[in-house]
Amino acid sequence: MKPEDLLGGRWLQVKRSLSKNKGAMVSLIILFVFVFLAIFAPLVAPYLPSTVNDAGVIVPPAFTTGGSGQFLLGTDDLGRDLFSRLVYGSRVSLGVGFMVVFLSVLFGVLLGLTAGYWGGWVDSTIMRCVDILMSLPSILLAIVVVSILGPSLFNAVIAVSVVSLPGFIRIVRAAVLAEKSKTYVSASHGFGASHTRVALLNILPNCLAPIIVQATLGFSDGILNVAALGFLGLGAQPPTPEWGVMLSDARAYIESSWWLVTLPGLCILIVVLCFNILGDGLRDALDPKLKSQ
Amino acid sequence: MFQLILRRLITAIPTFLGVSVVAFLLIRLVPGDPVELMIGERGASPEVMAEMRSNLGLDRPLAVQYISFLKSAITFDLGTSIISKKPVIDEFLARFPATVELSIVGLFFAILLGVPLGILAAVKRNSFLDYFFMGGALVGYSMPIFWWGLILILVFSVHLGVTPVAGRVSVFFDIPPVTGFMLIDSLLSEDRWEAFHSSVMHLLLPALALGTIPLAAIARMTRSSLLEVLKEDYIRTAKAKGLTAYRIIIVHALRNALIPIVTVIGVMVGTLLTGAILTETIFSWPGIGRWLVTSVTSRDYPVIQGGVWLISAIIILVNLIVDMIYMWINPHMRELS
Repeated sequence: MKPEDLLGGRWLQVKRSLSKNKGAMVSLIILFVFVFLAIFAPLVAPYLPSTVNDAGVIVPPAFTTGGSGQFLLGTDDLGRDLFSRLVYGSRVSLGVGFMVVFLSVLFGVLLGLTAGYWGGWVDSTIMRCVDILMSLPSILLAIVVVSILGPSLFNAVIAVSVVSLPGFIRIVRAAVLAEKSKTYVSASHGFGASHTRVALLNILPNCLAPIIVQATLGFSDGILNVAALGFLGLGAQPPTPEWGVMLSDARAYIESSWWLVTLPGLCILIVVLCFNILGDGLRDALDPKLKSQ
Repeated sequence: MFQLILRRLITAIPTFLGVSVVAFLLIRLVPGDPVELMIGERGASPEVMAEMRSNLGLDRPLAVQYISFLKSAITFDLGTSIISKKPVIDEFLARFPATVELSIVGLFFAILLGVPLGILAAVKRNSFLDYFFMGGALVGYSMPIFWWGLILILVFSVHLGVTPVAGRVSVFFDIPPVTGFMLIDSLLSEDRWEAFHSSVMHLLLPALALGTIPLAAIARMTRSSLLEVLKEDYIRTAKAKGLTAYRIIIVHALRNALIPIVTVIGVMVGTLLTGAILTETIFSWPGIGRWLVTSVTSRDYPVIQGGVWLISAIIILVNLIVDMIYMWINPHMRELS
């Protein structure tokens, strides 16, 4: 099924409203550039992220004094090309964001739909667990998960997915509760449709709007939290070209090499900011009632 | 009113229990034998390991283990750190004031700057200033603070040389710990103003980094909440009475706009403690955040367990208090009872 079928005529309206939002469009273009870099990293990056160049250790970017045309954004303490590492880093970060969103949407929809549709003790059990998870701050909860599983990029993805799951469950449940009482649901039951069919094929498609918004915002939270864990040494491990890990490595060189400290963080900020702006834009477009003033 | 508060108190109980289950399961969910993991490559005789196991209560049934954990957790008897051999609660109490000091100063900075900026943006709605502030707030909201802290160090410490890079106070001062709050302790020490100046300079950048996300959130909330209130009829009445714009905004509108702002500030307590984990790592600030991270790296499970339990219990408690203040100041809630 294409999105057009699910959202019907509203999809065109959403597209029109979104294309009028300059910030969201610029964000979308920037994100496309990052996605392009991530997919075609081997073609864009002049070196492998792990290539150690004897030609230069801690070379400043090409456009500054002392820079070399060989390394566009300079090199790090091991002589690895920063530009190449950033390009491969976009692969890690976007991949991580996608995994987090995929996992939390999958389980969030499953649990939120179950809670909202069945109600009763199933609902209260799930929501109690959600309340408990939400009472812990995100990084603290992620630290709990990482200290159980051990620090690695994969475990960081699991941890951050666990952290973002409660938000998805709440939003899906709220949307399901709003839809459940509508006439088309009882009509569907009247025609003898099974509970699974009604929940998945009738109710879920009508709850897509808030899920799409939350998923977009989930990208930014996911990328930010995984990078934070990497920075703390609890996520991806060196020599993975992950932006958070690169920042953590660069701390020792803060006095001598500004580019190692500034550029990886700038990448994180730009990607996170773009996802946030896009998410806000999507919310305004999908649900005009929630439009921020 | 009383009933409302009581009901809120009762809803906090399952959350407390749930968090204690999370902290309890933390050690038990680790794949493999937790005792072996804790000892790691240091090695130990089977007797020592058996003793550790029984000290941690790992040889009893799970339900019994949980009850005894809950008992000791409520009395703050959280075991001893594997690395330092000191009681976890002592280690926590030694570091907690540093985090509180940092968080309070960060929050003050966020409120003192965020509320006026939000008011200005709301009053000058849709002007360049509004877009500029709200754009800035969005950037602040998306800020990876572990990077932001490094940038602050790069600009203020490395290039301008005005602030120190790490710690709470210069090592040249000998400051006896009285309250645990460096700003106060430095004033009580021999060097008084010089020491105080040093501690302020040390606090400046971490507080700025930590306060950035709350600042953005508070500014955004102040703006939207004030805009909401400005639409009300009584504001029109106030305008019709010929009151000055200043009086309308500060006396009439802001008072009612404050309620959601207080809520955001309450939510920010969790954000501050989370942010402290990152900020303290960047600035080598000797608080509970850095303590927790190092204990995860060194697999000091009693410390992780105790730290997670204490931090989350404090957050639940603070949220409880904020909710009560909220019920107190919100006349709608008072009418409900």
